[in-house]
Amino acid sequence: MSLGDEAQVSRRGLIVGGAASCALAAVPQAEAQAPAGTMPSTMPVTLTVNGRKQTLDVDTRTTLLDALREHLHLTGTKKGCDHGQCGACTVIVEGKRINSCLSLAVQHQGDRVTTIEGLGTPDKLHPMQAAFVKHDGYQCGYCTPGQICSAVAVLDEIKAGVPSHVQADITSRPQATNMEMRERMSGNICRCGAYSNIAEAMADVAGGRA
Amino acid sequence: MKPFTYTRAKTPAEAAAAVASTPNAKFLAGGTNLLDLMKLEIETPAHLVDVQDLKLDRIEPTDDGGIRIGALVSNTALASDPRVRRDYGVLTRAIVAGASGQLRNKATTAGNLLQRTRCPYFYDTNQACNKRRPGSGCAAIGGYSRQLAVIGTSDACIATYPGDMAVAMRVLDATVETIDPAGQTRRIAFGDFHRLPGDSPHIDTNLKPGELITAVTLPKPLGGTHIYRKVRDRASYAFALVSVAAVIQRDGSGRAAIGGIAPRPWRDEAAEAAMPQGAKAVTDRLLAGARPTRDNAFKVPLVERTLAAAIHDAKTMTQTPGTQERGA
Repeated sequence: MSLGDEAQVSRRGLIVGGAASCALAAVPQAEAQAPAGTMPSTMPVTLTVNGRKQTLDVDTRTTLLDALREHLHLTGTKKGCDHGQCGACTVIVEGKRINSCLSLAVQHQGDRVTTIEGLGTPDKLHPMQAAFVKHDGYQCGYCTPGQICSAVAVLDEIKAGVPSHVQADITSRPQATNMEMRERMSGNICRCGAYSNIAEAMADVAGGRA
Repeated sequence: MKPFTYTRAKTPAEAAAAVASTPNAKFLAGGTNLLDLMKLEIETPAHLVDVQDLKLDRIEPTDDGGIRIGALVSNTALASDPRVRRDYGVLTRAIVAGASGQLRNKATTAGNLLQRTRCPYFYDTNQACNKRRPGSGCAAIGGYSRQLAVIGTSDACIATYPGDMAVAMRVLDATVETIDPAGQTRRIAFGDFHRLPGDSPHIDTNLKPGELITAVTLPKPLGGTHIYRKVRDRASYAFALVSVAAVIQRDGSGRAAIGGIAPRPWRDEAAEAAMPQGAKAVTDRLLAGARPTRDNAFKVPLVERTLAAAIHDAKTMTQTPGTQERGA
């Protein structure tokens, strides 16, 4: 995403914020008449994000994705489709990759969450981040944090013996083959089409680990 | 999303009672389908009862030699279980053919069964849909219906049951175990769990209000060769056009349930008697009542061909030891 896009999002955010301010001003009157379930409900939730314990007060509607981006300002995790179809929001929760857009923050009380910011830093890249750089596993980069979180978890899933659709024998241990990478990464869309380089980056890391 | 309140239940009975006693309440498990629909305000619950703490996440042997799968066992955990991979291979195969790795990690066994039977017009809130708004009409009938159902439909709805896991559970003769708000438990044969649309397509299952799924049980292993064949528009992460869950025995007898063609996993035990005569004999009987549209008429021959391929796969696997998917 370019700087120009960020500026556009901010401007839109301001407009939305403006409308929300007007709505807030009208709240006291509306509250008296509103039937149950029409007013926002807030709850506290405590998460350990990238090793740091965080307590937030969130609207129950807040997804894990929005809690990370809007409350904790960890904007590395991206909002793509916001419906679990593109995988840009993939994070690792309790060691398993999930779509953070399809999960409420309040569902994750006490959970350990790892985002792209927690995998590595610019000075000390995670091996998967380094492999994506080496193999050119991206173009625009928007899907990349989700791709990398997913890729790290995929190698763990293969290691743990989680079966896949492309295994000839589901009772055997899966191997980190190119077909396995492609199948297991199908929940992460890359509109620039960096797929083959992503699979190579993953193979590099899988090979180094073996 | 509409505002809602949220609580977590500690026991199944408490969860059922909480949903029954709160207006417009729903259970929340993985949330992968419910939250998707809530964002579009197709589902608008005022209260969610999160069931994640109910400790229904174990797979245990049953007294009759089968297994009991807790309602909250994730799709990944179920597909990965060594007993399931060895004795109920069609179930592992079906699960890993569906959704994405991320969704399978979050989706639960019971939640998977309760994903909405749906179609693109159900999701498009600018179009008429009897499932979304009873009595508003069906834009799919006469619309673009290539993905939609060819049998079991009604004049009110032609949506397809989208899941894969349930197609395997249907062929395995699974049973759904539930608890109701009064604390009463019951067992529902899998074939009676999902409803046909009739004139009330907004109701997908035969669960009563507040009734909670606690487990799915599978009877003792069937043996045979387990096959799940899924035909779709891309190689991964797409709904089935047609899928076949089959368990074929060495003598050529077997069973098959079909996905992608009906409002629920489609199976006809009488049609299966023709399995030794081949796919055409089975399909002629299985789809005798089909009412396809112009766009999805291709699914009728596709069922026959996919079943023929599954029968062929089973023969090949039986003749080539080590290539697998044989049950116990």
